[in-house]
Amino acid sequence: MSVSTHPSGRGGRFVRRIAGKIAGAEVVSGDIWDAIQLARHQDRPYPLDYIARLMPDFEEIHGDRAAGDDPAIVAGIGRYHGAPLAIIGQQKGRDAQDRAYRNFGMPSPEGYRKGMRLMELCDRLQIPLVTLIDTPGAFPGAQAEEHGQGGAIARSMMMMLRLSVPTVAVVIGEGSSGGALALGVADRVVMLENATYSVISPEGASAILWRDAAKAKLAAAAFKPIAANCYRWGIADAVVPEPEGGAHTSHDEAARFLDGYLLRTIRELQAIPRVDRNRQRHERFRRLGAQREA
Amino acid sequence: MSRHQISVSIDRLRGKRADAGPTRRMPGDDRSCPKCESHFRADEMERNCYVCAVCGYHFPMTARQRLDHLSGGAGWEEIGGELRAADPLRFIDLQPYTERVQAAEAKGATEAIIAASLEIEGRPCVVAAMDFAFLGGSMGSVVGERFARAAEVAVAQNVPLISITSSGGARMQEGVLALMQMAKSIVALDELAQAGLPFLMVLAHPTTGGVWASFASLGDVTYAEPGALIAFSGPRVIEQTTREKLPADFGLAERQYDHGHVDAVVDRRDLPRRLAHLMMILEQPPRDEAQSLASQLAQNGTERAARMAQALPSLTRRFRGQSESSSAGEVSGS
Repeated sequence: MSVSTHPSGRGGRFVRRIAGKIAGAEVVSGDIWDAIQLARHQDRPYPLDYIARLMPDFEEIHGDRAAGDDPAIVAGIGRYHGAPLAIIGQQKGRDAQDRAYRNFGMPSPEGYRKGMRLMELCDRLQIPLVTLIDTPGAFPGAQAEEHGQGGAIARSMMMMLRLSVPTVAVVIGEGSSGGALALGVADRVVMLENATYSVISPEGASAILWRDAAKAKLAAAAFKPIAANCYRWGIADAVVPEPEGGAHTSHDEAARFLDGYLLRTIRELQAIPRVDRNRQRHERFRRLGAQREA
Repeated sequence: MSRHQISVSIDRLRGKRADAGPTRRMPGDDRSCPKCESHFRADEMERNCYVCAVCGYHFPMTARQRLDHLSGGAGWEEIGGELRAADPLRFIDLQPYTERVQAAEAKGATEAIIAASLEIEGRPCVVAAMDFAFLGGSMGSVVGERFARAAEVAVAQNVPLISITSSGGARMQEGVLALMQMAKSIVALDELAQAGLPFLMVLAHPTTGGVWASFASLGDVTYAEPGALIAFSGPRVIEQTTREKLPADFGLAERQYDHGHVDAVVDRRDLPRRLAHLMMILEQPPRDEAQSLASQLAQNGTERAARMAQALPSLTRRFRGQSESSSAGEVSGS
């Protein structure tokens, strides 16, 4: 069983709680809607909240060097436990003005290209990469389409797959659609206890599959996109505990739990020879799926 | 007034009543052109590659029709044909997923993609063709797996991979596992790239969502069929979300060409010739001595070959590349 523990031994009861969630039966219906509300809680920590706590020395980069800068994606380099570390994450806004500025965490191609700028840097300077995933999906806009939304997501995945450095993807809130997976092709994919990972947001599925925007709860129950289930399906390699009641109750404690997991995991990955690490990353994603034979 | 008279006269020329509605296609009529209303016999349709002989409209094609067309009727050998959809989430929306799959299978196709090795105008290749008629061409686990196996067969046979897409995107009924097929297709393309083999894309109507945002965007050369919708988010979703008013040709192949997302808009009837032409251009000349030595080295790794490899810097580079991608990690004398 792969449940994160804090290196200092703190968090034992959190680990027991998650172990119970993972060991139990597939979680359904009501609990799932609660989890989705927690994953989207307006006080939940976003990438910049974690970065401020994990890396006091941090330099954010801006712009894709082609068309513009996308505030829905933050990217930068910082000092993490005595070594450089790169972070890319989707940033939602907290108040109305900030939310509009961040486009509700829905990235445009410029954002993914900014991320790829950083990935290229990671590869060249041998800096490990952590991605923090929290998006309802890539932005569905005319300009985003014309600037190559589909190709930007595809190339971001390909670049992550090929990186020669250790990579960890953490779903910290809601991970929906290709807009999330664009930052998700990593050596380790983990989810916070109350995070969700899905092919589409419940609202999107509701409109398309039920042809009724009000069936989001039904869609959520059908997708069952919570961390314990994703762990069971092999989508998530580990579940990182959150403070009692959810990450929004204490950003400090949430960051400490994440810190413990990241530090251990990056060191673990650094110990694996590069060729083997890349092969394992390929195999990890080559394997995923469920089919039968006629 | 005069405009009205002209319109009436055109309708008379066509032998239609002026008061009839704009479209008289019957439901399920797949041999009448939705654009110009010309009607064709089944043999005419097939002979013209399911393109309207009057206005050039490209009708939908099944994956089987695609493979028959590209192979010129010479046959093809299917890859992963035994794979069928499972129901990992026991998913039910307005209808259980298993029933949707059964209904789609009952129409004759086994999944939304067929992969096969075949020859296009005498050039061997592997083709993965999608079928919009099977659950909207959606990409679930079987589509991802068949695509990955197609790439692996292409690597094993040392031939190019070609894909023709027609898909609404990821298959929502398989949840996050369907999403992961995007990543799986990327892994497959990286294997192909490491083997130094080309990936040629043909975007057919429609190529949207997770298919466009994964392998369909990564063609070394990318063709699109005329009028094909190519988008991550379709025009309806964009208009609902952003209240933008979109032009009528939004996301269509010709406009995507203007925006630099497509290399050429190609009439379907030219596809076999154009693809064969591309493969002809990309084919490597016969291996010279050093290259054949490199392949000998990779196969049996004799000491003599290893010594010679050290004497040839370019060969050494090649040798290193191959040993890194093999699971052995290093080559020793046998």
